[in-house]
Amino acid sequence: MGQDTTSTPLVSIEGLRISLPLGSDRVMAVDGIDLSVKPGKILCIVGESGSGKSMTAHAIMGLVPKPLKVEGAIHFDGHNLADIAPSVHRGIRGSRIGMVFQEPMAALNPVMKVGKQIEEVFRFHNIPGPYDDRIVALLDSMGLPEPELLRHAYPFRLSGGQRQRVMIAMALALDPALLIADEPTTALDVTTQKQILNLLKTAQHERQMSIMLITHDFGVVAEIGDEVAVMQEGRIVERGAVKDVLHDPQHPYTQTLLAAVPDLSPRPAADAEPAPLLSAANVSKTYRTRSGWFTPGREVHAVQNVSLQLGRGETVGVVGESGSGKSTFARIVVRLLTADEGDVRLDGVDANLLDLDTRQLAPLRKRVQMVFQDPFASLNPRRTVFEIVAQGLRAHGVGRREARRRVEELLDLVALDPSAADRYPNAFSGGQRQRIGIARALALEPDVIVADEPVSALDVSIQARVLDLFADIQKRLGIGLLFITHDLRVAAQICDRVIVMRKGEVVEAGTSAQVLFDPQHEYTRLLIDSIPGRGQMPKKHGPATAAAEAMERTRE
Amino acid sequence: MRHLSYIAGWMVKALAVVLAITILNFFLIRMAPGDPAIVLAGEAGAADEQFLEQVRSDFGLDRPLPIQLAAYVGNVLTLDLGQSYRAQRPVVDMLFERLPATLLLTGSAYLFALLLGPLLGALAATRPRTIFDSLLMVVALFFYATPIFWVGLLLILVFSVQLGWLPPFGMQSMIPVSGAWNQTLDVLRHLILPALTLGLFYIAVYVRLTRASMLETSSLDYVKTARAKGLPEWRVATAHVLRTALLPIITFAGLQAGHLVGGAVVVETVFAWPGIGRLAFDALFQRDYNLLLGVFLLSALMVVFFNMITDILVRLADPRIGSA
Repeated sequence: MGQDTTSTPLVSIEGLRISLPLGSDRVMAVDGIDLSVKPGKILCIVGESGSGKSMTAHAIMGLVPKPLKVEGAIHFDGHNLADIAPSVHRGIRGSRIGMVFQEPMAALNPVMKVGKQIEEVFRFHNIPGPYDDRIVALLDSMGLPEPELLRHAYPFRLSGGQRQRVMIAMALALDPALLIADEPTTALDVTTQKQILNLLKTAQHERQMSIMLITHDFGVVAEIGDEVAVMQEGRIVERGAVKDVLHDPQHPYTQTLLAAVPDLSPRPAADAEPAPLLSAANVSKTYRTRSGWFTPGREVHAVQNVSLQLGRGETVGVVGESGSGKSTFARIVVRLLTADEGDVRLDGVDANLLDLDTRQLAPLRKRVQMVFQDPFASLNPRRTVFEIVAQGLRAHGVGRREARRRVEELLDLVALDPSAADRYPNAFSGGQRQRIGIARALALEPDVIVADEPVSALDVSIQARVLDLFADIQKRLGIGLLFITHDLRVAAQICDRVIVMRKGEVVEAGTSAQVLFDPQHEYTRLLIDSIPGRGQMPKKHGPATAAAEAMERTRE
Repeated sequence: MRHLSYIAGWMVKALAVVLAITILNFFLIRMAPGDPAIVLAGEAGAADEQFLEQVRSDFGLDRPLPIQLAAYVGNVLTLDLGQSYRAQRPVVDMLFERLPATLLLTGSAYLFALLLGPLLGALAATRPRTIFDSLLMVVALFFYATPIFWVGLLLILVFSVQLGWLPPFGMQSMIPVSGAWNQTLDVLRHLILPALTLGLFYIAVYVRLTRASMLETSSLDYVKTARAKGLPEWRVATAHVLRTALLPIITFAGLQAGHLVGGAVVVETVFAWPGIGRLAFDALFQRDYNLLLGVFLLSALMVVFFNMITDILVRLADPRIGSA
């Protein structure tokens, strides 16, 4: 790849090496990379978790944890940031280089007002006060509502998107030459992601600064990047202009990453109407906060009149952003929550599931199983994989030896080695853990699996493999899959039909192709418009894509 | 505003709790084995039926239970806790007489632990897994795990018996010293060993709690944000790490403050310190129920009061609480 050198780079990294602690899966977190950020450009670093992309950013900031050694050179403003006095580095942080982190919920101090947190930047870089007007102007320029009031709010009062705007305001307070954004939109809803990416683009343009954006999602790269560097296991395997890399990726790893991005090609519609399996009608749930002695109660309509049908071997997606009630609905269907109203029926059971008591429900539980979002929190860390997967079998009276045999079969089914049975969850990566969670759900041979955001905690590339696994298992076992997700791309790829929820209500329902290419509701259109890199990603050519294109043509 | 309405609500609840405690105390008296009239009559040396009746009507024991309860609650509310059987003096007087000594002892130990504990814990947390850290943790664990009377006896052995630096027991010297200054100094000399014994016990929890809490907080994202803003290390440690790390410590300190009156029984006994704990100990062995109940009520009031203070402090320190 030829590097054009029309302008002197703002940052140039030469032979950067960062060690990992002893006993890690490899010796070097970052293993001799060369990289440069040009003035006024957006450089994206793409890679999976553990590829060393965050560590590179931390090295520029001087935030690499102490025992790890940083070697090589990072040239910036005439300094070598890899070998610089801590006090000088501190002066550069926050003033010449700003940084934004992934998790806006955790990145702001919970017990300090947001205005104060911004004020600290001015104060500790010896900018003379008063700061109030500057803070208000800064918050205003980030598109935050009522900045005069908002600066006196504590972070917990703000939404995720608002917090990320505050973070960006803080990072841009002193007009840095470089902004490092470490997965700045990964934790956000898709519409909020779109807004934040736009905000970054605008800020970059207005201030003529450079941005180094770290992401695992090529969609984001296509949306915002000028240049891209692909990292794998501490090395840069490919770099170049975004357009070139997107359309003509050279390295096989880049090709894999690109292929992993769901490309808005809906799953082909089923030939025949599937046999009905599960139906939900008019399910509603309202949360009421208890009124205290001196405080009035409040009502939140989490789910309102939601109905859907799920057939054998069919996948139905429930798509919505946080607060849409999609998870509440999922939990009602598996009876982890009780609904206020509604009717949920399972094939072969002559009763409304919502009316059954715990004892009547017990024999039916195994027919409807759940896979959870967070593969780290949903597996008991003190149980071996065998115990986790076999728990349901054992509870339903399967003998130990028989359970062992089943568990090994199941692990094989989810493409894990049978030897995994004797290890504990901490020995596995996020994607592997999610496979364990799927094996657990499959153990009782359920008719229905309810998967609540099963891939949203995973990197895009891992996500693709888990989605393939779901599709494969479904084909083999004919399970009905209720798939809860915030990501329309994922829903389109795996679902036969989709319902779109907002604020507890269904705003749109239809086949994946209908919802994706002929959306009726403006909210659905907003969701589709917000998909990162839409229209810029190269088309993949397969039967599904062809079908989609055909459909698009008929619309025109 | 939200604090005011919260405090008002708390007051109502606290009153209810105090009332419940008072009623519970009342039934505790009645559960005490034997008929108090017989005990009193026996102590008076006369035991005929007529005398018993006399005693019962004098003390109102012949009245229906609800009326007795109402009378008892009324008495408590007017700060009349009855007479000590042994000392033949009002319980309230005896409690107030002993309260200063106990507060001096537990208060000093408490302040010692509260000032030094978080400081040592913070120092350990900023240099984890160093010799200083490990040593401090071992020493803290040692004083926490060792029975408090044993630490007291050891300190007496070393500093009073072997070295002869400090008096081994009591609050004042046997031979009275003259002059206000000398008297104060005398009390302080007596205070050191018992306060240290209790303080070493208290401090362990603060050291460990602060260290654990700070280490947990240091790895949080917003601490990284603070560094990324270019704040100096001291500012990161104080405004961002310590500030939130102190929340559990405030809670613990507040709960512990509630036990300042009743929590020193062992130390006061070992050092013959003339405080409430010692009084409770004696009252227990002498079956002086009125006195014992007085101590219970006082301790309970302290716990309720400091719980309220703690709740308010935590709400002030953590804006997230109580405003969902």
